[in-house]
Amino acid sequence: MNPYGPVAIYLVVAVAAALLFSVVPGLLARAKPNAHKREAYECGVEPTSPVAGRFPIRFYLIAMLFVVFDVEAASFYPWAVQMHALRVFGLLEMIVFIIVLAIGYAYVWKKGGFVWR
Amino acid sequence: MPVWLIVLIKSALLLFVVVTAFAYAMLVERKILGWMQLRPGPNRVGPWGLLQPAADAAKLLLKEDLTPETADRLLYKLAPFISLVTAFAVYAVIPFGSSSSGTWVIGNVNAGILLILAITSLGVYGICLGGWASGSKYPLLGSVRSTAQMISYELAMSLSFIGVLILAGTTSLDGIVHAQTRWWFVLPQFVGCVIYVITAVAETNRAPFDLVEAETELVAGFHTEYSGLRFGLFFIAEYVNMLTVSCIATLLFFGGWNPAFGLAAVPGVVWFVLKVACFMFFYMWLRATLPRLRYDRLMAFGWKVLLPVATLNLIVTAVVVAYTG
Repeated sequence: MNPYGPVAIYLVVAVAAALLFSVVPGLLARAKPNAHKREAYECGVEPTSPVAGRFPIRFYLIAMLFVVFDVEAASFYPWAVQMHALRVFGLLEMIVFIIVLAIGYAYVWKKGGFVWR
Repeated sequence: MPVWLIVLIKSALLLFVVVTAFAYAMLVERKILGWMQLRPGPNRVGPWGLLQPAADAAKLLLKEDLTPETADRLLYKLAPFISLVTAFAVYAVIPFGSSSSGTWVIGNVNAGILLILAITSLGVYGICLGGWASGSKYPLLGSVRSTAQMISYELAMSLSFIGVLILAGTTSLDGIVHAQTRWWFVLPQFVGCVIYVITAVAETNRAPFDLVEAETELVAGFHTEYSGLRFGLFFIAEYVNMLTVSCIATLLFFGGWNPAFGLAAVPGVVWFVLKVACFMFFYMWLRATLPRLRYDRLMAFGWKVLLPVATLNLIVTAVVVAYTG
């Protein structure tokens, strides 16, 4: 069998197990709802304002930096596996790549991209 | 018996083992934390508290399943499910013993480590959506924090694997372990190993990186609104993820099922389980010892220290392999 066949079968079993775990509480637990239980939890105080869904812009920035650097990290993988064959040629190519990466990294650092205010 | 049926039985058995391991990892953690704080730990339910996991499961099952009015109902119910599925799914490719016969692994795929990275990075969706869909302030804050933390440390984590890949020359987990028969990669890749262990603790949101559920500031973080078994799903996912990263550390840096001290008479699976258990103990020890980090320091550490050090480590490894390997 193709090695991915068993992986697919296992995934089906895992999804089924997780589904079972998510459905069971609705069947066994008894529900006695009241207005206070349905409120969002704010340490016993009645919610003062609805959640606006706003949060600091820095989180978006981190997410964007992550996408940039993670794509670059992903391109290391095929190179790493072939390193024994590529030898010095592969090393030089990758050092050029890392220098380009380092320029971007230094720019973000200097602009304060990693400072959490 | 047809092959697919054998795989099906093996899968069910493996999941049973993983869930049982979770239940007892939780008990052991509470015992160890107890002992480290000079308390007995759970000892009322059954001898030495051995039935405590069953009691906890029964209690979680019977608890009312609350959904706040402000929540996005579908996503709110979907989030713990996503967390759990991704936590379980990784075990499809983890080999527990030499897989030449295929007995100790579900799927011996040659892109094993890529698949593991792909699946574990999906886990962030459970936490991110769970906090957002709760429609409550603390969960939202907890989830954006944890998302930022997890993606930042994921970078250094994926870079810390590369040194191992250069030495092993393959992404197959089986191949990586076979490459370690002479010496474990923790010796030539010590820096990579240290980075991996740090990022692994941060990825699973465990102390001292458990800012996601910093009780003093965020109540319980992203799962504040969850109750009953739906909270339990996040809990299971967290412990299963701890087991997963312990397995990965064992496979990549500590020789997998290769015996230590030349004791080849002991079966490989036993060695594997022993090494994973040592890692789990290390986790619990960390939780008992270290205080929580401050959030700005955590992010600065990830981006300004771990990332460049991981890159330097991979350059040094590549230079050594290019000139000597």
